Amino acid sequence: MSIGLEHYLILSAILFSIGLYGALTKRNAIVILMCIEIMLNAVNIAMVAFSRFITPALLTGQVFAIFIIVVAAAEAAVGLAIIIAIYRSRETIESTKIDLMKW
Amino acid sequence: MGLDIAFWILAVVGVAAALAVVLLRDVFRAALSLVLCFLTVAGIYVILSADFLGVVQVLVYIGGISVLIILAIMLTREVQQGSPSNRLRIPALIVAVIFLGVMAFTLINTPWQISTAPPLTPTTSALANSLLGEGGFILAVEIAATLLLAAILGAIVLVREK
Repeated sequence: MSIGLEHYLILSAILFSIGLYGALTKRNAIVILMCIEIMLNAVNIAMVAFSRFITPALLTGQVFAIFIIVVAAAEAAVGLAIIIAIYRSRETIESTKIDLMKW
Repeated sequence: MGLDIAFWILAVVGVAAALAVVLLRDVFRAALSLVLCFLTVAGIYVILSADFLGVVQVLVYIGGISVLIILAIMLTREVQQGSPSNRLRIPALIVAVIFLGVMAFTLINTPWQISTAPPLTPTTSALANSLLGEGGFILAVEIAATLLLAAILGAIVLVREK
Protein backbone atom coordinates (compact mmCIF):
# COMPACT_ATOMS: atom_id res chain seq x y z
CA MET A 1 0.00 0.00 0.00
CA SER A 2 1.51 3.29 -1.06
CA ILE A 3 1.47 6.38 1.11
CA GLY A 4 -1.77 8.34 0.74
CA LEU A 5 -3.62 11.21 2.38
CA GLU A 6 -4.69 9.09 5.38
CA HIS A 7 -1.09 8.36 6.39
CA TYR A 8 -0.25 12.06 6.64
CA LEU A 9 -3.49 12.87 8.46
CA ILE A 10 -2.94 10.10 11.02
CA LEU A 11 0.65 11.26 11.57
CA SER A 12 -0.77 14.74 12.13
CA ALA A 13 -3.37 13.38 14.60
CA ILE A 14 -0.67 11.45 16.53
CA LEU A 15 1.55 14.54 16.84
CA PHE A 16 -1.46 16.64 17.89
CA SER A 17 -2.41 14.11 20.61
CA ILE A 18 1.17 14.05 21.96
CA GLY A 19 1.17 17.86 22.08
CA LEU A 20 -2.26 17.90 23.74
CA TYR A 21 -1.14 15.44 26.43
CA GLY A 22 1.99 17.49 27.12
CA ALA A 23 0.15 20.81 27.21
CA LEU A 24 -2.37 19.41 29.70
CA THR A 25 0.08 17.70 32.05
CA LYS A 26 3.32 19.69 32.18
CA ARG A 27 4.09 22.07 35.03
CA ASN A 28 6.96 23.97 33.42
CA ALA A 29 5.44 26.83 31.40
CA ILE A 30 8.18 26.67 28.73
CA VAL A 31 7.45 22.97 28.13
CA ILE A 32 3.75 23.85 27.73
CA LEU A 33 4.72 26.37 25.02
CA MET A 34 6.89 23.71 23.33
CA CYS A 35 3.93 21.28 23.28
CA ILE A 36 1.72 24.00 21.75
CA GLU A 37 4.34 24.41 19.00
CA ILE A 38 4.12 20.64 18.34
CA MET A 39 0.33 20.94 18.02
CA LEU A 40 0.65 23.84 15.54
CA ASN A 41 3.14 21.80 13.48
CA ALA A 42 0.69 18.88 13.40
CA VAL A 43 -2.04 21.15 12.06
CA ASN A 44 0.39 22.43 9.41
CA ILE A 45 1.13 18.87 8.27
CA ALA A 46 -2.62 18.28 7.81
CA MET A 47 -2.97 21.56 5.85
CA VAL A 48 -0.10 20.75 3.49
CA ALA A 49 -1.34 17.16 3.00
CA PHE A 50 -4.82 18.41 2.04
CA SER A 51 -3.23 20.92 -0.31
CA ARG A 52 -1.09 18.22 -1.94
CA PHE A 53 -3.74 15.52 -2.32
CA ILE A 54 -7.07 17.33 -2.81
CA THR A 55 -6.29 20.66 -4.54
CA PRO A 56 -2.75 20.23 -5.94
CA ALA A 57 -3.00 23.22 -8.31
CA LEU A 58 -4.42 25.85 -5.92
CA LEU A 59 -1.96 25.76 -2.97
CA THR A 60 -4.52 27.30 -0.60
CA GLY A 61 -3.50 24.91 2.16
CA GLN A 62 0.12 26.01 1.88
CA VAL A 63 -0.94 29.68 2.12
CA PHE A 64 -2.86 28.84 5.31
CA ALA A 65 0.21 27.00 6.64
CA ILE A 66 2.32 30.13 6.06
CA PHE A 67 -0.16 32.22 8.09
CA ILE A 68 -0.16 29.60 10.86
CA ILE A 69 3.65 29.84 10.98
CA VAL A 70 3.41 33.65 11.27
CA VAL A 71 0.93 33.44 14.14
CA ALA A 72 3.02 30.73 15.85
CA ALA A 73 6.11 32.93 15.70
CA ALA A 74 4.21 35.87 17.22
CA GLU A 75 2.73 33.58 19.89
CA ALA A 76 6.14 32.17 20.83
CA ALA A 77 7.68 35.64 21.13
CA VAL A 78 4.90 37.06 23.32
CA GLY A 79 4.51 33.86 25.35
CA LEU A 80 8.20 33.60 26.19
CA ALA A 81 8.25 37.33 27.07
CA ILE A 82 5.34 36.79 29.47
CA ILE A 83 7.11 33.77 31.01
CA ILE A 84 10.33 35.77 31.54
CA ALA A 85 8.36 38.67 33.06
CA ILE A 86 6.62 36.25 35.47
CA TYR A 87 9.97 34.67 36.35
CA ARG A 88 11.40 38.11 37.18
CA SER A 89 8.63 38.97 39.59
CA ARG A 90 7.80 35.56 41.12
CA GLU A 91 11.04 33.53 40.73
CA THR A 92 9.15 30.53 39.34
CA ILE A 93 7.59 29.39 36.08
CA GLU A 94 5.69 26.42 37.49
CA SER A 95 2.18 26.75 36.14
CA THR A 96 0.66 25.35 39.33
CA LYS A 97 2.31 28.09 41.42
CA ILE A 98 1.32 30.99 39.14
CA ASP A 99 -2.09 31.53 40.76
CA LEU A 100 -2.16 35.31 41.04
CA MET A 101 -5.60 35.57 39.42
CA LYS A 102 -7.13 32.59 41.25
CA TRP A 103 -9.69 33.32 43.93
CA MET B 1 8.97 3.77 -3.38
CA GLY B 2 11.70 6.10 -2.16
CA LEU B 3 9.06 8.55 -0.95
CA ASP B 4 7.37 5.76 1.03
CA ILE B 5 10.60 4.85 2.83
CA ALA B 6 11.31 8.54 3.48
CA PHE B 7 7.80 9.00 4.90
CA TRP B 8 8.11 6.07 7.31
CA ILE B 9 11.55 7.16 8.54
CA LEU B 10 10.40 10.77 9.03
CA ALA B 11 7.16 9.72 10.71
CA VAL B 12 8.84 7.37 13.19
CA VAL B 13 11.61 9.84 14.03
CA GLY B 14 9.12 12.71 14.33
CA VAL B 15 6.76 10.86 16.67
CA ALA B 16 9.71 9.62 18.77
CA ALA B 17 11.08 13.17 19.04
CA ALA B 18 7.66 14.53 20.04
CA LEU B 19 7.33 11.79 22.68
CA ALA B 20 10.80 12.70 23.95
CA VAL B 21 9.69 16.35 24.32
CA VAL B 22 6.79 15.21 26.51
CA LEU B 23 8.54 12.45 28.48
CA LEU B 24 12.12 13.66 29.07
CA ARG B 25 12.74 15.13 32.51
CA ASP B 26 15.57 17.42 31.37
CA VAL B 27 14.03 20.58 29.88
CA PHE B 28 17.10 21.36 27.78
CA ARG B 29 17.15 17.91 26.18
CA ALA B 30 13.41 18.25 25.54
CA ALA B 31 14.14 21.49 23.65
CA LEU B 32 16.82 19.73 21.57
CA SER B 33 14.43 16.92 20.63
CA LEU B 34 11.86 19.61 19.76
CA VAL B 35 14.40 20.85 17.19
CA LEU B 36 14.60 17.30 15.79
CA CYS B 37 10.79 17.17 15.60
CA PHE B 38 10.73 20.48 13.66
CA LEU B 39 13.37 19.10 11.27
CA THR B 40 11.32 15.97 10.51
CA VAL B 41 8.26 18.16 9.88
CA ALA B 42 10.35 20.10 7.35
CA GLY B 43 11.22 16.77 5.70
CA ILE B 44 7.51 15.86 5.58
CA TYR B 45 6.86 19.17 3.76
CA VAL B 46 9.57 18.36 1.25
CA ILE B 47 8.16 14.91 0.43
CA LEU B 48 4.71 16.54 0.11
CA SER B 49 6.39 18.67 -2.61
CA ALA B 50 5.97 21.89 -0.59
CA ASP B 51 9.58 23.00 -1.07
CA PHE B 52 9.09 26.66 -0.07
CA LEU B 53 7.31 25.67 3.16
CA GLY B 54 10.13 23.27 4.02
CA VAL B 55 12.65 26.10 3.78
CA VAL B 56 10.37 28.41 5.77
CA GLN B 57 10.02 25.72 8.45
CA VAL B 58 13.81 25.40 8.78
CA LEU B 59 14.32 29.18 8.84
CA VAL B 60 11.50 30.18 11.18
CA TYR B 61 11.17 27.21 13.52
CA ILE B 62 14.72 25.84 13.73
CA GLY B 63 16.43 29.18 13.21
CA GLY B 64 14.08 31.38 15.20
CA ILE B 65 11.64 29.76 17.60
CA SER B 66 14.04 27.05 18.84
CA VAL B 67 16.70 29.65 19.66
CA LEU B 68 14.06 31.71 21.47
CA ILE B 69 12.90 28.69 23.52
CA ILE B 70 16.47 27.64 24.41
CA LEU B 71 17.26 31.25 25.42
CA ALA B 72 14.18 31.31 27.67
CA ILE B 73 15.25 27.99 29.27
CA MET B 74 18.72 29.45 29.93
CA LEU B 75 17.21 32.61 31.44
CA THR B 76 14.84 30.90 33.85
CA ARG B 77 17.22 28.45 35.62
CA GLU B 78 14.57 25.75 36.04
CA VAL B 79 16.69 23.15 34.20
CA GLN B 80 17.70 21.25 37.31
CA GLN B 81 14.09 20.89 38.49
CA GLY B 82 13.13 19.08 35.29
CA SER B 83 9.60 19.10 33.92
CA PRO B 84 7.40 17.11 36.29
CA SER B 85 3.77 16.34 35.54
CA ASN B 86 0.85 17.68 37.51
CA ARG B 87 -2.01 15.68 39.03
CA LEU B 88 -3.88 15.45 35.72
CA ARG B 89 -1.60 12.84 34.14
CA ILE B 90 -4.09 9.94 33.90
CA PRO B 91 -7.14 12.04 32.79
CA ALA B 92 -5.00 13.87 30.22
CA LEU B 93 -3.71 10.55 28.86
CA ILE B 94 -7.29 9.29 28.56
CA VAL B 95 -8.40 12.50 26.80
CA ALA B 96 -5.47 12.35 24.36
CA VAL B 97 -6.02 8.66 23.54
CA ILE B 98 -9.79 9.17 23.04
CA PHE B 99 -9.09 12.16 20.80
CA LEU B 100 -6.59 10.15 18.75
CA GLY B 101 -9.02 7.24 18.43
CA VAL B 102 -11.93 9.43 17.29
CA MET B 103 -9.70 11.29 14.81
CA ALA B 104 -8.24 8.07 13.36
CA PHE B 105 -11.72 6.51 13.04
CA THR B 106 -13.18 9.51 11.20
CA LEU B 107 -10.09 10.02 9.02
CA ILE B 108 -10.07 6.41 7.85
CA ASN B 109 -13.82 6.24 7.24
CA THR B 110 -14.15 9.52 5.31
CA PRO B 111 -14.25 9.10 1.49
CA TRP B 112 -11.70 11.75 0.49
CA GLN B 113 -11.88 13.05 -3.09
CA ILE B 114 -8.27 12.49 -4.02
CA SER B 115 -7.11 14.46 -7.04
CA THR B 116 -4.69 12.68 -9.36
CA ALA B 117 -3.20 15.86 -10.80
CA PRO B 118 0.60 16.09 -10.40
CA PRO B 119 1.83 18.55 -7.75
CA LEU B 120 3.21 21.94 -8.68
CA THR B 121 6.99 22.23 -8.56
CA PRO B 122 8.48 24.65 -7.71
CA THR B 123 5.77 26.19 -5.57
CA THR B 124 7.44 29.54 -4.88
CA SER B 125 6.03 31.57 -7.79
CA ALA B 126 2.55 30.04 -7.43
CA LEU B 127 2.57 30.85 -3.69
CA ALA B 128 3.67 34.43 -4.42
CA ASN B 129 0.84 34.76 -6.95
CA SER B 130 -1.79 33.55 -4.51
CA LEU B 131 -0.39 35.65 -1.64
CA LEU B 132 0.23 38.95 -3.42
CA GLY B 133 -1.51 38.63 -6.78
CA GLU B 134 -4.93 39.63 -8.04
CA GLY B 135 -7.75 38.28 -5.87
CA GLY B 136 -5.29 36.76 -3.43
CA PHE B 137 -4.56 37.00 0.28
CA ILE B 138 -3.03 40.51 0.22
CA LEU B 139 -5.23 41.79 3.08
CA ALA B 140 -4.21 38.81 5.23
CA VAL B 141 -0.55 39.51 4.43
CA GLU B 142 -0.94 43.10 5.64
CA ILE B 143 -2.73 41.94 8.80
CA ALA B 144 0.06 39.41 9.44
CA ALA B 145 2.65 42.19 9.14
CA THR B 146 0.74 44.31 11.67
CA LEU B 147 0.40 41.30 13.99
CA LEU B 148 4.16 40.66 13.87
CA LEU B 149 4.89 44.34 14.61
CA ALA B 150 2.46 44.29 17.55
CA ALA B 151 4.00 41.04 18.85
CA ILE B 152 7.54 42.47 18.69
CA LEU B 153 6.50 45.68 20.46
CA GLY B 154 4.56 43.70 23.08
CA ALA B 155 7.52 41.41 23.77
CA ILE B 156 9.87 44.40 24.17
CA VAL B 157 7.45 46.16 26.55
CA LEU B 158 6.95 42.97 28.61
CA VAL B 159 10.62 42.20 29.23
CA ARG B 160 11.88 45.80 29.55
CA GLU B 161 13.56 46.73 32.83
CA LYS B 162 11.39 49.08 34.86
